[in-house]
Amino acid sequence: MSTITNSIFTSATAARFDHLVTLYPVKRSALIPMLLYAQDEVGYVSDAVVTEIAQRLDLLELDVRNVLSYYSMLRTKPAGKYNVQVCTNISCMLRGGYEILDHCKHKLGIGHKEVTEDGTFSLEEVECIGACCWAPAMQVNYDFHDNLTTVKVDEIIETYRAGQGKDVK
Amino acid sequence: MPTLVSHPDEVKVISRRFGQGAADIDKYLELDGYKAVQNAIDQGENMATWIIDTMKASGLRGRGGAGFPTGMKWSFVPKQSAKPKYVLVNGDESEPGTCKDHVIFLHDPHSVIEGTMIAGLAIGAKMGFIYLRGEYRYLLKIVEKAVAEAYAKGFLGKNIFGSGLDFDIVTQTGAGAYEVGEESALMESLEGKRGVPRIKPPFPAVVGLYGGPTVINNAETIASAPHILLMGGEAYAKIGSERNGGTRLFGISGHVERPGVYELPMGYNLKKAIYDVAGGIKDGKKLKAVVPGGSSCPVLLPEEIDVGLDFDQMGKAGTMLGSGGIVVLDETVSIVEFALRTISFYQHESCGWCIPCREGTDWIKKTLTRVYNGGGAKKDVANVQYLAENMLGRTFCPLGDAAAMPTLGFVKKFRKEFEDYIEGQKAGTPIITVEQLVGAH
Repeated sequence: MSTITNSIFTSATAARFDHLVTLYPVKRSALIPMLLYAQDEVGYVSDAVVTEIAQRLDLLELDVRNVLSYYSMLRTKPAGKYNVQVCTNISCMLRGGYEILDHCKHKLGIGHKEVTEDGTFSLEEVECIGACCWAPAMQVNYDFHDNLTTVKVDEIIETYRAGQGKDVK
Repeated sequence: MPTLVSHPDEVKVISRRFGQGAADIDKYLELDGYKAVQNAIDQGENMATWIIDTMKASGLRGRGGAGFPTGMKWSFVPKQSAKPKYVLVNGDESEPGTCKDHVIFLHDPHSVIEGTMIAGLAIGAKMGFIYLRGEYRYLLKIVEKAVAEAYAKGFLGKNIFGSGLDFDIVTQTGAGAYEVGEESALMESLEGKRGVPRIKPPFPAVVGLYGGPTVINNAETIASAPHILLMGGEAYAKIGSERNGGTRLFGISGHVERPGVYELPMGYNLKKAIYDVAGGIKDGKKLKAVVPGGSSCPVLLPEEIDVGLDFDQMGKAGTMLGSGGIVVLDETVSIVEFALRTISFYQHESCGWCIPCREGTDWIKKTLTRVYNGGGAKKDVANVQYLAENMLGRTFCPLGDAAAMPTLGFVKKFRKEFEDYIEGQKAGTPIITVEQLVGAH
C-alpha cells in the first residue's frame, strides 16, 4: 500500500480507507466506496480527493476520473449541505412526483442541480430511488422521505433548515 | 420508512420475518435463522449436491427479472478452478417500479447473508459480495451491522459452523447507475471500473468476478435459499405454479388504493393482485394500463390482465414478469407523457457502450419530446417504432431491449392516442426540426 503522508481526510476516514483496500482481492475494488466516503466528507470529489485516492490505489488520476464521471451520485462541484433529490420516475410521477419537484423549486428558489445562495440546500430531479410503493418519495442526502405531500415537504425542509436533520456524514 | 402491508391471500415465506426485528441476529436465530446453512453443512460430503438438488427441486427462478432457474445456474460453476470462486449478490435494485429488495435488506438482512453462505457452499466459494445501490446507504448500514454480528458469533470467517470451511462477506454500495444492475456491468463496478457490460460468453459461472467462476444472483433469489432448504424443495415448488416455484415479492405501485410490497404465490392472477390485494384503482377511477414487471416490461391493456403472474404466463401474454414491480395507470394518464418519461430514464442510464442503445434511446427521447411538446410529425410514431425495433437484440446487455420493449408496447397498443395527440396539437404548431432537436440536447 502506498504510504500516505499528509492525508487530506480526517484520521477516521483515512483509517477507513486503509482498511477498505485490504478487504478485496484487488485493491482497485475499493475505488467506488472510497469516492463516496470522500465525497461525504469533503462535500464533493475535489481535485485533491482524486489525487489522494489515485495514490492510495496505485492508479492514474485519469483512471479515477474515468470512473468518477460514470456514476451519477458522484459530483465534482459542491452541493448544498442538504441535497434534496426528488424522484420523478414512473411510480412517483403517477402519484405527484412532478408537483413535489415544482414545489421544492418554488420553496427553495432553485432549479435542478442548483444550490441556494447560503449553501444550505441543493436540488436534484433524480431517477427511481427504489421507494415506488411509498411514492412520491425523495431523499435528502441519504435519508428517505416518502408518501410526500407539499405540506410534508415543507415540514421536512424546515426541519433541515433548523439544523435538525442529519448531515451527509 | 416503508410501511408494511398485509393481505389474506399472501403466502409469507420470504417475508415471514418482516416486522419482527429480525435485523437483530438474536431475533433472527429465534426465528430459525442460520439453521438452513447448518443443515447444509450436516450433509457432509454431499453438501454441495444436496443444496443444488434442493434448489433445482424448488423451481426457484431468478427474481432479478430474467427468471433463470437458480439451481441450474449454481450447477454450471465448475467444481475445479485454478482461480478463486465468488458469490455476488445483486442488490443494485434500480428498475423503476421495483422496491422489493429494499424491504428485504430493511427487515431481514441475515437471510441475505445466510443465502450468500449457502450459495458459497454450493459452488465452493470462500468469499461473497453483497452490492447495494448507492442510494441505499441506510440499508448498507443495516446489512453491515448484520454482517458484523455474524462475524461476532463466529458464523462468518474461519471454519464456519465447524465445517472446516471459511467464508467471508464484503458489503458495499454503488454510486448511482442503473446499468450496474446488469450482471457483467456489476462485476466491472465491483472491480472499481465504469459499469459497462462484458460480452457473453464466457458467462460469469465460468469467467466472472476477477476472472474467477462467479454465481451472481438477485438479493431476493439469495434470500429465498435458506427458506427453501428449511422447507424442502418440493414443498416450496408446490406453492407456485407449473415450472415457477414458490412465492415472490410483488411491489404494486401507481394508481392503486393500497400500494405496497406483497408476497404472493407465483402464478397469482394479476387482476386479483390489483383489485383485491392492492384494493383496486385509486379514487374509483378506471384502469387504463398496467406495466407488469418494472418499467422495461411491455404494457398490458385492462382486457389483458386476467393472467397468472409467473414467467411463462406473462411471456405468453406478450410481456414479462420482470422484477415484479407492477405499476398501475388510471384513465387520467397520458401515454405520450408516460412513454416519454420511460424512455428518458433509459436514455439517461444507457452507458453508451453499444451504439444501438446509446443512439436509439437518445433519438426516441428526442422524437417523443417533440411529440409531447406539440411539434410532432405524423411519421414520428412509425419512426419511434423503427428505432425501437432496431435496438432489439443488438446490444451487449439487455438495457437496449429494456428501453425498446416498453416503447414498442406503447406505440403499438396506444397508436391511436399518439396519432390523435399529434393531430390535436397540430393547429398552428410548427414541426420541431431535427436541427432544433439536436440543438436542444
